[in-house]
Amino acid sequence: MNFDAWLPAAILLSSMIPGMLIFLLREESHRLRTVLNMTGALLKLGLVIWMIGGVYDGHRYETRWTLAPGLDLVLRADALAVLFVALSTLLWLVTTIYAIGYLEHSPNRSRFFGFFSICVSATVGIALSGNLLTFVIFYEILTLATYPLVAHRGTPDAAHGAKVYLAYTMGGGALLLVGAIWLQALVGPVEFTQGGILGVSPEEIRIELILIFFVLLAGLGVKAALVPLHGWLPQAMVAPAPVSALLHAVAVVKAGAFGIVRVVYDVYGVEFAYANGLLVALGILASVTIIYGSLMALTQDSLKKRLAYSTVSQVSYIALGASIFGPIATIGGMVHLVHQGLMKITLFFCAGNYAETLGVHKVSEMDGVGRRMPWTSLAFTVGALGMIGVPPVAGFVSKWYLGLGAADAGSNWVIAVLIASSLLNAAYFLPILHRAWFRPAPKQWPQEHRHAGRLEIAGALLWPPVITAVLALSAGLFAAAPFTPLEWASLIAEREYGR
Amino acid sequence: MMIDALPLSVTLPLIGAFAVTVSPGHARGPGLLAALLTAASALSVTAAVWSDGVLRADLGGWGVPLGIALEADGLSAAFLAMANVVALAISVYAGGYFKQESARHFWPLWLLLWSALNGLFLATDLFNLYVTLELLGLSAAALGALTGTREAVAANLRYLLVGLLGSMSYLLGVALVYAAYGVLDIGLVAEAIEPGPIAWTAMALMIGGLILKAALFPMHFWLPPAHANAPAPVSAALSALVVKAAFYLALRLWLDVFAPVLNEAAANLLGTLGAAAVVWGSWRALRAERLKLLAAYSTVAQMGYLFIAFPLLVATPPGLARDNLLAAVVLLALTHGLAKAGLFLAAGMVQKTAGHDRIDDLGGAAQALPAATFAIGLAGVALIGLPPSGTFLAKWMMLEQAMILGLWWWLVVMMIGTLLAAAYIFRVLSRAFNREPTPYRFVNDARTELPALLLGLIATFGLGIAAQPLWVLLEQGAFG
Repeated sequence: MNFDAWLPAAILLSSMIPGMLIFLLREESHRLRTVLNMTGALLKLGLVIWMIGGVYDGHRYETRWTLAPGLDLVLRADALAVLFVALSTLLWLVTTIYAIGYLEHSPNRSRFFGFFSICVSATVGIALSGNLLTFVIFYEILTLATYPLVAHRGTPDAAHGAKVYLAYTMGGGALLLVGAIWLQALVGPVEFTQGGILGVSPEEIRIELILIFFVLLAGLGVKAALVPLHGWLPQAMVAPAPVSALLHAVAVVKAGAFGIVRVVYDVYGVEFAYANGLLVALGILASVTIIYGSLMALTQDSLKKRLAYSTVSQVSYIALGASIFGPIATIGGMVHLVHQGLMKITLFFCAGNYAETLGVHKVSEMDGVGRRMPWTSLAFTVGALGMIGVPPVAGFVSKWYLGLGAADAGSNWVIAVLIASSLLNAAYFLPILHRAWFRPAPKQWPQEHRHAGRLEIAGALLWPPVITAVLALSAGLFAAAPFTPLEWASLIAEREYGR
Repeated sequence: MMIDALPLSVTLPLIGAFAVTVSPGHARGPGLLAALLTAASALSVTAAVWSDGVLRADLGGWGVPLGIALEADGLSAAFLAMANVVALAISVYAGGYFKQESARHFWPLWLLLWSALNGLFLATDLFNLYVTLELLGLSAAALGALTGTREAVAANLRYLLVGLLGSMSYLLGVALVYAAYGVLDIGLVAEAIEPGPIAWTAMALMIGGLILKAALFPMHFWLPPAHANAPAPVSAALSALVVKAAFYLALRLWLDVFAPVLNEAAANLLGTLGAAAVVWGSWRALRAERLKLLAAYSTVAQMGYLFIAFPLLVATPPGLARDNLLAAVVLLALTHGLAKAGLFLAAGMVQKTAGHDRIDDLGGAAQALPAATFAIGLAGVALIGLPPSGTFLAKWMMLEQAMILGLWWWLVVMMIGTLLAAAYIFRVLSRAFNREPTPYRFVNDARTELPALLLGLIATFGLGIAAQPLWVLLEQGAFG
């Protein structure tokens, strides 16, 4: 047994084991819990950095474990997997710090952090999945691990939101399972392979393969919040802020989008999907979702709901990138996987800070928050501008590559979608920024908790959004430097198209 | 030495039952000792089969057709191991659960049941199988009535009568076989049997009696009240082991005795009834108001999944695919056994803490018992068939085979069952999230909570991640 065969498993276990230990802790052992959390997060980060270097050099890391004859659990680090693993590991570290600060003095923290760690382990498992079976396994575990987080508050609202979430994701999981079993019965074990495995499939099962594509897409579309399967996402907003942040930026919606990317590129193969019209269907679905999500965001007064609909819209850029035939659009979609994560997590951290410090939950209550909480608002501004696609924030880079790729592939309607969506993004984000910076503050905030220290809010709550905002900014500013998300996405596109 | 373990796994609980009857005042100590020794000898049988192949013991040195023989092949060793792990967990749990007075009645009957169970897995002749079946039914019905409440007595009286009817039907089948072929040993009957009215009638009578005992829809009516009203450790034994034993015997006869006379119609009938059981049982579980009734209806559904295996088995030609399918079915049965026992044991804890088991009012109790709630969660994952549980792997393999055969409707049925199961399990789990703050300690009463938790863990993480040894085991004997 060499180390290469153990690295993927070690990365998975570095959050799984602390999670399980945390369940066993008594509620009052704060310090031990924090130590376990941070040890896991830092260890994972170290292992992932190691792996990035290796994969860049063409190293092959694969853990293979036979569950039962013919059913292998495969964890493999290819370039695409590493992109997602790195994102989730980095953001898990930041979110853990935030959550420790956010949940200070609230009940049931052992349960919360236990499931939080398992949730991240499942996400990393999804990222590293080397075949469809493994993907399904971790996709379902993710559902199981996030349910308790959504229900965590225990209010009737939370119970309702969790129920809706569960109904959607269980249904989606069942569809994914059906699609996966059906596909496997047709073509045997489905290993994720660059360039896809169905290019050489016989002609007579073509129709069935196309049907299966849509079954899989429906299953994945639930978590990716493709319209009309997005209904759970705004409801799940009842979860505590760090959970929303993680759900929207890393764990759940990204798992769905990542799955779509995997199925298009590494199962069907982009050429097969293109030749059979599957990409057009995906592109239309993604476009509808992008526009619909933005329109809905426009009408929301609740800040978290507005951000939720914005997620519905933004995550579909990833699917849109996958739906355009050509390496440039692929780069745009893949890089947005990371960029959207950085920007959206910033926005949710900030929304949590407004709610914690000022009791501000609604857009209409945000007048003058800029002066009251300048650092938080600065981070929020960076995230919002990035979402609109203003250079030099990361979101601009994604949109630029998507547009360029669309023009390259001759899909001009995609450019129209991008422009419309950017205008809508501006329409729902700019008024917030205007209120925050240029309107006078009210005499009294809805529910103010003045922080005793020098900062506007506790450090554990302030630094995470500031750090992610800086990352989002630098991912755009230094996009051409080595080891940026953009460089990495180009590497993936190069390997997927193989030319 | 290893050969001796075969008769020991049947006689040890019998000796234990005798010992606790002699000194009823101190039943727990000897009872637990007998439980430990029985489980150890049974597991050593499984280990021996795993490493050396089929084990056989002719008691008193008499061979077939005269003597009593015990035999353990891969199939029986697999069920034996599951049953004894579960039974040991139930015994430890019962040591903490029962008060003095009920313990006095519990232990003798429980050890008698255990002896009959091990005998059923190991017996090789149709009449001895009848004896173990009858003994199992009698001790099970008596245990079920242990609470002494009106409902429990009424339900278990009915259970007793149904059980007698089932074994009677089985015995008639055995008599037919004996009259026609003059032998009772499974191997000898299998050699002698040939298609014809006698064989078909015998098959219908024997399998019919067994599905009555296995509570296959629509013969399930007796199960929910009997299982829901028994004390928790007894419910666990009834739901996890006793009905599984009837399924085991049906599978054994199907594979080893009636293989030459099988036809697709019989298999499809069993499969259709199984499908109806999956849908109806899950639906009733979803509507149940009490936790234990929910668990009991869930057993009806889970037995249904097992019978869906029969049409798939008949349609698959012998070979690797069929061996894998068979192993998947066994994996499904074993995982269900472990998970269902874990669920009932944890439910018993919740019921004891809350003083009732009405699902809608369970809030605080679930939150005060993290270990029991986790046990329900883990068992629930296995019952739904989600990863990483043994049922997930088993269902995946069964459904893949169904799709390869083009029998897609079984996939539809099983997915409906899966979604309904998710709904009823999460209906319970959602009660664990509310706003009553409770001092958080993971384990509150180790002796009762840990057995439930361990069963849940084996069902999910154990069999779901390392199912490979089961295949090694099943290569011994029946499907070699």
